[in-house]
Amino acid sequence: MSILAGKKIIVMGDRDGIPGPAIAACAESAGGEVVFVTTECFV
Amino acid sequence: MDLQNQARVKELAEQLGRDALVVLLGASEPDSASITAETICLGDPTFAGPLAGVSLRLHVYHVLEPEIKAEIDPAVFEEQLAMMEMVMDVPRLAAEVAAMRDRSRGQAAGS
Repeated sequence: MSILAGKKIIVMGDRDGIPGPAIAACAESAGGEVVFVTTECFV
Repeated sequence: MDLQNQARVKELAEQLGRDALVVLLGASEPDSASITAETICLGDPTFAGPLAGVSLRLHVYHVLEPEIKAEIDPAVFEEQLAMMEMVMDVPRLAAEVAAMRDRSRGQAAGS
């Protein structure tokens, strides 16, 4: 069963890792609907 | 996890319901992945933000976990994530986030 298709996706990107918009593009390509995108700085 | 982001996640969970939502993380360090996943699943461990004491038990994954990668268009994955996949410790990141999902499920079973 699909994890992402048809789901609302919250994206918590990381400035030192993968930024939010990159994750959002991937989630959309999998059929998810992105509802919130952020890129945090973990210190 | 940023306090404004905690507030937004809480609001979305209340509006849309936990089963409609999936949270994807992009953390580079296993520790930060673990703390973010804990905040989203079980509540803010620092007791500083809106999710303090709030157990949303949302479905949370690291975007590089194999089951998530399998669902992403390969061309988009290659363009957006392939480089980071090579330099990040994917097994440890996946293990930390999976452990938090297990704790979340355990808490649900115990409640």
